[in-house]
Amino acid sequence: MWRRRLTCLFGGEEKRVDSRTIHAGRGSSPVADAFPQQKFCDNRIVSSKYTIWNFLPKNLFEQFRRIANFYFLIIFLVQVIVDTPTSPVTSGLPLFFVITVTAIKQGYEDWLRHKADNEVNKYPVTVLEDGKRVGKESEKIKVGDVVEVLEDETFPCDLVLLQSSRDDDTCFVTTASLDGESNHKTHYTVPDTVKDVESLHATIECEQPQPDLYKFVGRMHIRRDGQETAVRSLGPENLLLKGATLKNTKKIYGVAVYTGMETKMALNYQGKSQKRSVVEKSINAFLIVYLCLLVSKAFVCTTLKYVWQNQHGQDEPWYNPKTQQERDTNLYLKMFTDFLSFMVLFNFIIPVSMYVTVEMQKFLGSFFITWDKDFFDPEVQEGALVNTSDLNEELGQVEYIFTDKTGTLTENNMEFIECCIDGFQYKNHKFLTETDGLCETDGPITITLNKAPEELEELFLRALCLCHTVQVKESQPVDEIDGVVLDQVDGFSPSPEDQCAFIASSPDEVALVKGAMTHGFTFIGSDSKSMKIRNRDNRVEVYELLHVLNFDPVRRRMSVIVKSESGEVLLFCKGADSSIFPRVRKEEVDRIRVHVERDAKEGYRTLCVAYKRLGNEDFARVDAELREARLSLHDREEKLMAVYNQVETDMILIGATAVEDRLQDRAAETMEALQGAGMKVWVLTGDKMETAKSTCYACRLFQRGTELLELTVGALGEGEGKREERLLELLLEYHKRVVHDTPPSKTGLHRTWSSPGQDYGLIVDGATLSLLLNASPDGTGSHYKNLFLKICQSCTSVLCCRMAPLQKAQIVRMVKSSKGSPITLSVGDGANDVSMILEAHVGIGIKGKEGRQAVRNSDYAIPKLKHLKKLLLVHGHLYYVRIAHLVQYFFYKNLCFILPQFLYQFYCGYSQLPLYDAAYLTMYNICFTSMPILAYSLFEQHISIDTLLDHAALYREVAKNAMLRWGPFFYWTMLGVFHGLLFFFGVYCVFSNPALLPSGQVFGNWTFGTIVFTILVFTVTIKLALDTRHWTWINHFVIWGSLAFYILFSFFWGGITWPFLEQQRLYFVFINMLSSMSAWLAIMLLIVLSLLPDVLLVALRRPRGRNTRQIAAVTPLSYKHLKEREW
Amino acid sequence: MASGYSAKEEDGHHSGALGPAGGAAVRSRKPDNTAFKQQRLPAWQPILTAGTVLPAFFIIGLLFIPIGIGLYVTSNNIRELQIDYTGTESSSPCFACSQNYSWNMTTPCVCSVSFSLDQPFESNVFMYYGLSNFYQNHRRYVKSRDDSQLNGNLNSLKEPSKECEPYRTNDGKPIAPCGAIANSLFNDTLALYYNDPNGTETQIQLVKRGIAWWTDKHVKFRNPVGDDSNLTAIFQGTAKPVNWQKPVYELDSDPENNGFINEDLIVWMRTAALPTFRKLYRIIEKNSSTSPTLPRGNYTLKITYNYPVRSFEGRKRMILSTISWMGGKNPFLGIAYITVGSICFFLGVVLLIIHHKYGSRSSSADLTH
Repeated sequence: MWRRRLTCLFGGEEKRVDSRTIHAGRGSSPVADAFPQQKFCDNRIVSSKYTIWNFLPKNLFEQFRRIANFYFLIIFLVQVIVDTPTSPVTSGLPLFFVITVTAIKQGYEDWLRHKADNEVNKYPVTVLEDGKRVGKESEKIKVGDVVEVLEDETFPCDLVLLQSSRDDDTCFVTTASLDGESNHKTHYTVPDTVKDVESLHATIECEQPQPDLYKFVGRMHIRRDGQETAVRSLGPENLLLKGATLKNTKKIYGVAVYTGMETKMALNYQGKSQKRSVVEKSINAFLIVYLCLLVSKAFVCTTLKYVWQNQHGQDEPWYNPKTQQERDTNLYLKMFTDFLSFMVLFNFIIPVSMYVTVEMQKFLGSFFITWDKDFFDPEVQEGALVNTSDLNEELGQVEYIFTDKTGTLTENNMEFIECCIDGFQYKNHKFLTETDGLCETDGPITITLNKAPEELEELFLRALCLCHTVQVKESQPVDEIDGVVLDQVDGFSPSPEDQCAFIASSPDEVALVKGAMTHGFTFIGSDSKSMKIRNRDNRVEVYELLHVLNFDPVRRRMSVIVKSESGEVLLFCKGADSSIFPRVRKEEVDRIRVHVERDAKEGYRTLCVAYKRLGNEDFARVDAELREARLSLHDREEKLMAVYNQVETDMILIGATAVEDRLQDRAAETMEALQGAGMKVWVLTGDKMETAKSTCYACRLFQRGTELLELTVGALGEGEGKREERLLELLLEYHKRVVHDTPPSKTGLHRTWSSPGQDYGLIVDGATLSLLLNASPDGTGSHYKNLFLKICQSCTSVLCCRMAPLQKAQIVRMVKSSKGSPITLSVGDGANDVSMILEAHVGIGIKGKEGRQAVRNSDYAIPKLKHLKKLLLVHGHLYYVRIAHLVQYFFYKNLCFILPQFLYQFYCGYSQLPLYDAAYLTMYNICFTSMPILAYSLFEQHISIDTLLDHAALYREVAKNAMLRWGPFFYWTMLGVFHGLLFFFGVYCVFSNPALLPSGQVFGNWTFGTIVFTILVFTVTIKLALDTRHWTWINHFVIWGSLAFYILFSFFWGGITWPFLEQQRLYFVFINMLSSMSAWLAIMLLIVLSLLPDVLLVALRRPRGRNTRQIAAVTPLSYKHLKEREW
Repeated sequence: MASGYSAKEEDGHHSGALGPAGGAAVRSRKPDNTAFKQQRLPAWQPILTAGTVLPAFFIIGLLFIPIGIGLYVTSNNIRELQIDYTGTESSSPCFACSQNYSWNMTTPCVCSVSFSLDQPFESNVFMYYGLSNFYQNHRRYVKSRDDSQLNGNLNSLKEPSKECEPYRTNDGKPIAPCGAIANSLFNDTLALYYNDPNGTETQIQLVKRGIAWWTDKHVKFRNPVGDDSNLTAIFQGTAKPVNWQKPVYELDSDPENNGFINEDLIVWMRTAALPTFRKLYRIIEKNSSTSPTLPRGNYTLKITYNYPVRSFEGRKRMILSTISWMGGKNPFLGIAYITVGSICFFLGVVLLIIHHKYGSRSSSADLTH
């Protein structure tokens, strides 16, 4: 829907223009006429589907697009137009009911969307117009408006930052609701914009809206009176995105460049398309089979009717003349109406009630998820949330799980665990005082314990305190504010200093600063020029901050250059071990490496800290180089990088830190269970590769024996052109290794442990992925993709790091559309996961710390990852079994309901006489047989909940839609046919002599129908009773209740002459039937006979059933055995 | 269902609502720990195994076989005699009648068929007429009646239902009873004579009461009640059905069996299930405890042949039958019961053997593991 809307927003012509020109401060733009005025859309967000005017037609249209609804509509119309055996009310009323209820539900939902839209669109903003501040509604913002945003407000549209209240021309922004990163990002004002925004005359040229959050290219032409136009380039660091929130900055001014549906945020949201479950697809397939059955039945009957009528005397015997109208009708028209009449007569084979029951089952069934107390998390104080009930059964069919890392697998809560200074290990908790601070676990115990490290220790801690980009946020309640998590008070340091919260671009940094704090060095705060720390003697040290050499993923380190009070210029550097070790002296490395490697193995994030003293000349040179590089307009990045690399050499390694992003409670266990259930887990994260990898190890997604295949920028090397070649090489190599060298049986559902081969894990990063997916369009692209997919599918686990939100969705889509269209599930907690949550078959939101975006857009939301296990293994499994049985049973019971009626046509001159009375025809699906199956589909537990939880492998039994494939369908259909034949011909044989009463009186056609119907109701209900494995009192009540109800109803219906009925067809028919011993015996016989095959099957299947149970029970054990054998 | 993308979310303003104030409301979200909500209702969990199913097979077998034998014997003990008097074959005594048939014959065509009973019919004997290839269950036919008229509704008497077309009115007068079913009322008269060995012919008393369902006769069908108790007066202004020779109020001399509550009419109005059917015509009551109702010997069936079936290749039969507790003669049920019972018993035995063998093998397999 969004796409369509967008294309219509861009006029046809607009599309070809690849950049847009914006006049900042439009109101006073004298040069505006010089450019053709481009039309931009307004800042309105539209997520609703209907308006008041188009609701009725559009909604009806959409509803009747469903094959079933359309079918019922046709049947209804036929009944209205043509003289049919049943009255239009029988199908019209249920249809009307279903349509109305659905329309009301959808209307209500759309009303909610309207409300939400309005809330955003009417949000008050301040816009500068002709130098005055004007209050406006958010939707009125136009491209080119200068907008004022205050602290903690979200940006109403995409803005180019013009002016910030901070004196360093920066502002801090958190993009939690966009990409899920809750840290603060620094954005810069456009250089050289005049201080008073009111008098700004500028033109911005920028690219057309595109969804990539991290890309923005533009130019700004600034005109000053009397001066020539200055041109400034604009990058993503100048762009404030709609949806992000301003932090730590009093206010900013920005000029709107993209508005409304063209903002990057809107472009990043895909419309939530209606998700259909596999079961629904199966239903539709079955529906088509039954439709064919129906049409062929009607066709056969019509043909035979005319063949039969051609025989002498059969068309119109003297006792049964046609009416005049009938005689006048055209023969072909009559044939056609006959055909339609048969359709109507047999239409009950596809009952409306099935849809109603399925919907009800889904709706009511989803309550059990909400009610499950195991999903209740005391921390969040909430249980699970079900946003859509359409997908309950899909939870039992998952093959691929895509999970976010931060906040999903991990707690997103960094904790400083230990550090190692000069080879000595410092455990965090034992390091409260100086004296007993050293804990020599495996480090060499030396006598000079206190002396030498003392100095180093302080240096190390100072380094931790200084080398970061952490901000101190003072006097803020430590709480969740506007969806952004400020750092929380950790249990071990409840000192008053903690009232001030740290804000950083990475939670690791906060953990480190806090780690230093527990060791006596507290970072008090910084402004743009200096940093203050309080040392162990409670003295405040002030350092002049000279340069920050920012972190970037290629260097994988960051540095600061500070000047101490004593005038010493120091460079502190921290970074990944791989990037630090080559830059320090060898002998220092060896002492630290042991610790680092051990910590890494534990799954901690390790960082090494090094420092360097800069002499005055050195510093002067570095300073000059840095300034120069920073000011260069071209290749700024590369130049800066070169200088950084040059500066960060010959450092002295002081120590290493270990920070833990704690895994969520029972994350590893959950992952193991899910893998044991045959699901493949992919981790899609925006995080760095190293961290993600360690998390994967910690979650046991990668194991020690797992061979890792890397498809990352690092593995590909530099250079655009070469990359693609290298990528292909790597792909081919991996493909050969993984796919060819392992037996093909390994692919598919079975996890790798089942074969003794090598485990593979794949690591891909975003850049490589985009290279893969956007590879040259000359056909090799799809080849790449295929290779990649094959590799992925044969790997145990796949880790995708550095993913943009849309890339996550792309991955999901790729897997979703691969061969066999496996069912995918996405788990995430942040807004950056929304796209993949929407894309996957089932989207699960974790009620984490990164706002509620994911939860709102998910299909199901759970408080913690560990709940996924029960959600899938128990609820998913049960719901699948329940609904699969429901669907099969429904088709079955209607087949054996209608088949006798079809057979009866052969004996009533193909005259469309219904076998059953109209009341029975209508009530069969509504009252007599609907409740037991509904109760079954809500309460059945063919395997107990605990067993399902304990034996994950049971999940595989229903994998790949096992209960709704053509095999089971065929079985049920055959059963239905068998029953139908038996009912009809059994009673037919009994009726060879209709004198069944002991008084010699005879039975008529309605008694015939009633006997068949009685057998039918009893058989169908008892059949369900035989299938029920879990008899709660409700099942008892409903099953025996509906049988009793049937009998009572029949007494009642036949006991009175109903004044509103034209014919008293059933008057005393049922009671008379009961007074016939033969009828009783026939009913009993036929019920027993029709259930015989089922019982027989149970008896025969039983040994096999026990076997599978044994296998299931043993599986987790045998897994262990297997592994032992492998080692 | 969540909206496409909840625009509300963008600002994140609402999150503030989840402050401490919402705490109380939040706390109540903890799901109730009831057995129902936790899907832990106490439940009976029957496991159908060969062990539990096997006895069922034997029980069914042991139950059904005696029932079947009982039914079979009962059915066999029922005496039944069928005489086809359609008269399509030239040798048939009713050949002439069936050939020269026209609706408005002034003198009825009578034919008589002789037959003999080899065995006496004890107890009450029921006389049926049977029709074949007569589609009483044709939809057009089944619809063509007005139950409200037959129930004595005066409005319907004057204004019959549209369903009765084309037998709704005749010459502007409403037909009573209207519709094709009533119009085609079976109107052959059957009379049974016993040919005494001494040459005399005794007519056997045929009872015409008690052939219809009690409820039909007393509730569903009722004569219209007017100011006059005279049926003729009440039916004034209505026409007789086109094919009838007499109007409805002259069907029988007995006022309790006349008009709409004439049992022949009621029986006919209960449409048959299949194109070959029989309907109860008369009852021959056993009048002495010593002699059989119909002793062994020769009989003559005299038919007043009014009912044409040749045009649609139908057949007409007269059936004499005794009745047991299970109704008329029908060996099917007995045979079916015996068959099903035997199958069950046989399956039970087979399963027992399989189960025994398999069970021991699987347990030994368990041991080897």
